[in-house]
Amino acid sequence: MRRIGIAFAAVIAMIVGFAAPASAQLRVDVTQGNVQPMPIAIPNFAAPQPSDAAAGQNIAGVVRADLQRSGLFKSLDPKSFVDHITNINAPPTYANWRVINAQGLVTGQVQMQSDGRLRVDFRLWDVYGESQMLGLQYFTTPENWRRISHMISDAIYERITGEKGYFDTRIVFISESGPALARKKRLAVMDEDGANPIFLTRGDYMVLTPRFNPSAQIIAYMSYISGKPRVYLFDLESGRQQMLGDFPEMTFSPRFSPDGNKVAMTLEKNGNSDIYVMDLRTHGVVRLTTDPAIDTAPSFSPDASKIAFESDRGGSQQIYVMNADGSDQHRISFDAGRNGTPVWSPRGDLIAFSNQSGDSFHIGVMRTDGSGARIISNGWEDEGPTWAPNGRVLMFSRTLRGGHGSQIWSIDVTGRNEQRVQTPGDASDPAWSPLIQ
Amino acid sequence: MLKFSTGLKFAAIASVVLIAGCTTKPQAAAETPPPASTGPMTSETQSSSVVAGSEQDLKVNVGDTVHFGYNEYSVQDEDKTTLQRQAAWLQKFPAVRVTVEGHCDERGTREYNLALGARRANAVKEYLVSLGVSSARVDTISYGKERPICTESDESCWAQNRRGVTVVAGGESS
Repeated sequence: MRRIGIAFAAVIAMIVGFAAPASAQLRVDVTQGNVQPMPIAIPNFAAPQPSDAAAGQNIAGVVRADLQRSGLFKSLDPKSFVDHITNINAPPTYANWRVINAQGLVTGQVQMQSDGRLRVDFRLWDVYGESQMLGLQYFTTPENWRRISHMISDAIYERITGEKGYFDTRIVFISESGPALARKKRLAVMDEDGANPIFLTRGDYMVLTPRFNPSAQIIAYMSYISGKPRVYLFDLESGRQQMLGDFPEMTFSPRFSPDGNKVAMTLEKNGNSDIYVMDLRTHGVVRLTTDPAIDTAPSFSPDASKIAFESDRGGSQQIYVMNADGSDQHRISFDAGRNGTPVWSPRGDLIAFSNQSGDSFHIGVMRTDGSGARIISNGWEDEGPTWAPNGRVLMFSRTLRGGHGSQIWSIDVTGRNEQRVQTPGDASDPAWSPLIQ
Repeated sequence: MLKFSTGLKFAAIASVVLIAGCTTKPQAAAETPPPASTGPMTSETQSSSVVAGSEQDLKVNVGDTVHFGYNEYSVQDEDKTTLQRQAAWLQKFPAVRVTVEGHCDERGTREYNLALGARRANAVKEYLVSLGVSSARVDTISYGKERPICTESDESCWAQNRRGVTVVAGGESS
């Protein structure tokens, strides 16, 4: 038995300085393809004490990487900077940042406190509007510097786009290793940017399709640990994993309700798969589909009133929607090919799905009535989408042709900004947490 | 000064306990897959080194694998003789219990293939039961597309991966 102790100390943030809220001249519209990322300068955070200089560099580096990765910003190369920020409490010399075409400027400072906490201040400046847009101050333990960095990125993203950010989040996924014919699959979690990966199982049994509950403390997933494939819950706080319910045959494809009190999943009986919902408090189970077809991959709408799922009751695998009590089951996908694994956007406006056309798989999005379907990714085998909490970015599994492994990729809902997500080795089945509370 | 947020606790991962693996080894057959051509063999070719009533006997002398069409789960006519031999073998060794594994090719989502693998395993089980094998002796398990025996992305591999494999789960002769 191995224990991994990870404590996250409290982070305290408050708004600082220069109270007059500037009118938001600086703005990025995240609903567009955003062909022109906003140039933003993020110098290393100042460190009045030389011993804090590394923290100042590290935090600025993570903020630069976060914003660059979003595709909405262009983090300018610090080597191009002609100014050096030493006092973040005075307005910057805007002209020095205009000459390198920065539209936004982030200045920050780190100071170790006598009580051992790290104090981090930052300010966001509108270089052309010549005003402060945001100022925040955080106190935390020094080990927590990455979370502070992501929180700063989220604050900048939200101030400039008007949308919540998604950097202070985690991904639960399946880490894959070993030869193609004997893959080891381990349950793992990591930060949204791939940092701090933690393995939760050892790989001596297969695990699949993990999903976070709304507090990102419990993971529902499928495991072969007992030799019989069943849905389990993994409690990150206690490290305990527990079979969910006691069913005679396979349970799979779990997903939490928006309030976290229920799990929708598939139960198989005599070869037939149907969707059920289990109440985690009472362990009461309600059957929602009764069809002899394959009904699986349930996903709640964010208001919990509806469930999207996939079924081959019409002859081929397609996406259906029903009320959360199982009534009014109707097909919504009518475009070419087979469509599966519908996942409702946290915004409620779209459903992401896996589309199979010919032999290859792609990620698509459609409105919740099935209209406006469009394919946004184009790999050999892209499947299993998961939404960033702001509904603007997706991750998915991409399996390479010929058994050459799987990777996690991210893409904007617009279809732009496709990029590989850093993982320790091969990886699949990502599920994005809400913003960490 | 306006308080923006307090106590962003991320207490979460206090400790993670890894639970040891199970004592049974139901995946043994999948981890060391049989040759793709586990075709029928007559008793004349029976190897003397194979113990009658053993897993190896089932694999080598009876045939443990049947195949399925793309997205199909009905037992194909050409596989019925294999299952008839399996049923006769099970009648001959009444203490043996088996598990039928259902497998799929890579074309299909993970969830769909888990369901399809269950359909395939169940179809094999139902056929064995129809031949007089007690359903209590036949368990099923789906591995979806997770346990391929061939990795090329072409029809010859896909056809090998779409399979039902009967493995001994207990009571074998030794």
